[in-house]
Amino acid sequence: MSAELFSVFYQFADVFAFLILSAAGLAIVFGMMGVINMAHGEFIMCGAYVTVGLVNLGVPLPIAQILAALTAGIIGMIVEFLVVRRFYKRPLDSLLATWGLSLIVTQSMLLIVGSAVRGIGTPEGSFAIGGYTFSTYRLVLFGCAVAVLAGLYIIFMKTRFGVIARATMQNAAMAKALGARTGRIYSISFGIGTALAGLCGALYAPTMTLIPTMGATFVVESFVTVVIGGANVLLGTAPAAVFLAMIRMALNASYGQIIGQIGMLFAVILIIRVLPEGLSSVLVRRGR
Amino acid sequence: MNSGRIVEMALLAAVLGTAAIGSAQAAEPPLKVGLLEDVSGDLAFMGMPKLHGSQLAVEEINKSGGILGRQIELIHLDPQGDNARYQEFGRRLLNRDKVDVLIGGITSASREALRPIVDRTTTPYFYTNQYEGGVCDASMISMGAVPEQQFSTLIPWMVEKFGKKVYVIAADYNFGQISAEWNRKIMKDLGGEVVGEEFIPLGVSQFAQTIQNIQKAKPDWLLTINVGAAQDSFFEQAAAANLNLPMGSSIKVMLGFEHKRFKPPALNNMHATANWFEEIDTPEANDFKKRWHAKFPDELYINDMGYNAYNALYMYKALVEKAKSTKLDDVRKVIASGDACIDAPEGKVCIDPKSQHTSHRMRLISVGPKHEVTVEKDYGTIQPYWLGEIGCDLTKKNDKDQYTPSHLPSKS
Repeated sequence: MSAELFSVFYQFADVFAFLILSAAGLAIVFGMMGVINMAHGEFIMCGAYVTVGLVNLGVPLPIAQILAALTAGIIGMIVEFLVVRRFYKRPLDSLLATWGLSLIVTQSMLLIVGSAVRGIGTPEGSFAIGGYTFSTYRLVLFGCAVAVLAGLYIIFMKTRFGVIARATMQNAAMAKALGARTGRIYSISFGIGTALAGLCGALYAPTMTLIPTMGATFVVESFVTVVIGGANVLLGTAPAAVFLAMIRMALNASYGQIIGQIGMLFAVILIIRVLPEGLSSVLVRRGR
Repeated sequence: MNSGRIVEMALLAAVLGTAAIGSAQAAEPPLKVGLLEDVSGDLAFMGMPKLHGSQLAVEEINKSGGILGRQIELIHLDPQGDNARYQEFGRRLLNRDKVDVLIGGITSASREALRPIVDRTTTPYFYTNQYEGGVCDASMISMGAVPEQQFSTLIPWMVEKFGKKVYVIAADYNFGQISAEWNRKIMKDLGGEVVGEEFIPLGVSQFAQTIQNIQKAKPDWLLTINVGAAQDSFFEQAAAANLNLPMGSSIKVMLGFEHKRFKPPALNNMHATANWFEEIDTPEANDFKKRWHAKFPDELYINDMGYNAYNALYMYKALVEKAKSTKLDDVRKVIASGDACIDAPEGKVCIDPKSQHTSHRMRLISVGPKHEVTVEKDYGTIQPYWLGEIGCDLTKKNDKDQYTPSHLPSKS
């Protein structure tokens, strides 16, 4: 019985981690900054490739993963400076620009690195409960997802940078008038967002096949989580992930992956219909 | 020889005569080969060897004088794994470029998207993948292995060796669905039991729940017919969770070279039946591999699709030279005579007149803990007999249909 209970928790944690890690970066870039970043998946891919490249050079996996996230963050800041900066007032054009960027990046990776890269293998470790065996690394992923949420909360709610960042996102002109260097705030926020995307790729790199289009497997889930999370990203993304993870886990377990995926997307349609502002609109109202 | 042919020959001789003063090669227009293979998108890692195989064959054939003295012009377009693009590019090659033959397609979905378009023309079409079988269509010549060559050999062996309970993980499209149907039929005949079947949408990459469902069902072995890079993540995740079950497949190792892409021992205890895998160690195969790697030194693995794509051009050359024509009807007369054979790197392969599918020398291979590949059993040459047995006979009637164990030709 306890084995069944644990397995339910494990499956929930697994889907939850996937949703949070793939959505966290987008929550900042799209949810807070309003940039429809179609290249989100490519930042994830970047994190994964850098991780595998560094591990193949002999760097230990955790360090490679941190360096990969930093790399994605730095590349993100460069992209913000060169491209995204010009589109803050034109969200639909930002969609086109970042989509173009994503096409260029996947195709260049294909030409430079090739169509497939040899994997590095998941860190050893599995444990058995009842008749089931589980991979320890999947729990590490869950731990990282929780840490990412906590980290985001602290950065944006408890630091001076966070206060200024939120002020900038709400009213850039006013923040600027009060002395905030909004250009730098945007740049850093975008960098944090892409670093989190890179972290997602870095964390999932050992468990997946690496191909240039791998980011696409994360993109639907990440947008869906951010959209139903709603306007207040910090309060919305986590509940959205919990909600979607429960639905998907339950349906996956009883009816298989097809129904799991259909059911999750169906729930998304329902929520957007009933709560166009997303889950956070309810939570914020309750909080007042 | 009819009078039209004589006039043609006379003209040809005249043209050749005048051209001989200048360049002899310019005398005849090149033979146009249209090729549709994904070299970008999710299946690029499998499609790239197909393009390479075609390029190698074209280069070799052109060097040794072409087909009927005509050089081959290879026109490759990249549909990027998109079925709508397969149709668009297929139309372009057939109607605008007026290719003499069309080759290609990776997934069965792309093949079925192309087939109706090919059927409206009189251009022969070569499909070069192993697949779920059953296409009875006069325009299509299939170069890859089919279920009677792959599943009717593999599944009884797996049942005998590991047990009667199987769990199936299949990609959710026609290939996975029909392959799973084949497994059900063969398992039923063997008195085995399918304890679970899970169809996975393409692009899904997370398998924790699937792994647990498998452990709950307690199968003796797994049939893994999952497709594409995302779904291949199953092997890594199953190994990390210590699932440790024997696996069988019609597409793993020789087609997706997972044993080269994943770190050992993720593919340990995988078994497959194949007409080609790079580890084949015969003089003909080694010579072929040497030529391939000389032209493409970076190739990670020569997979069976790439190998079949290479053979398709030689088979086309043999057919056209025997028919002395590139017309579909003339080429099919050669096939109907039962004389459509080539000496391929795997050995002699022939096209079956009734179904226009290819006979293959089949071997059962196993992957070990260090991802070493060993040949467990050699079945010799197996004919693609199933379509003929159920009543497909393309020498008499063009069904243009795809049959499965549950969709058989109506008795008329």
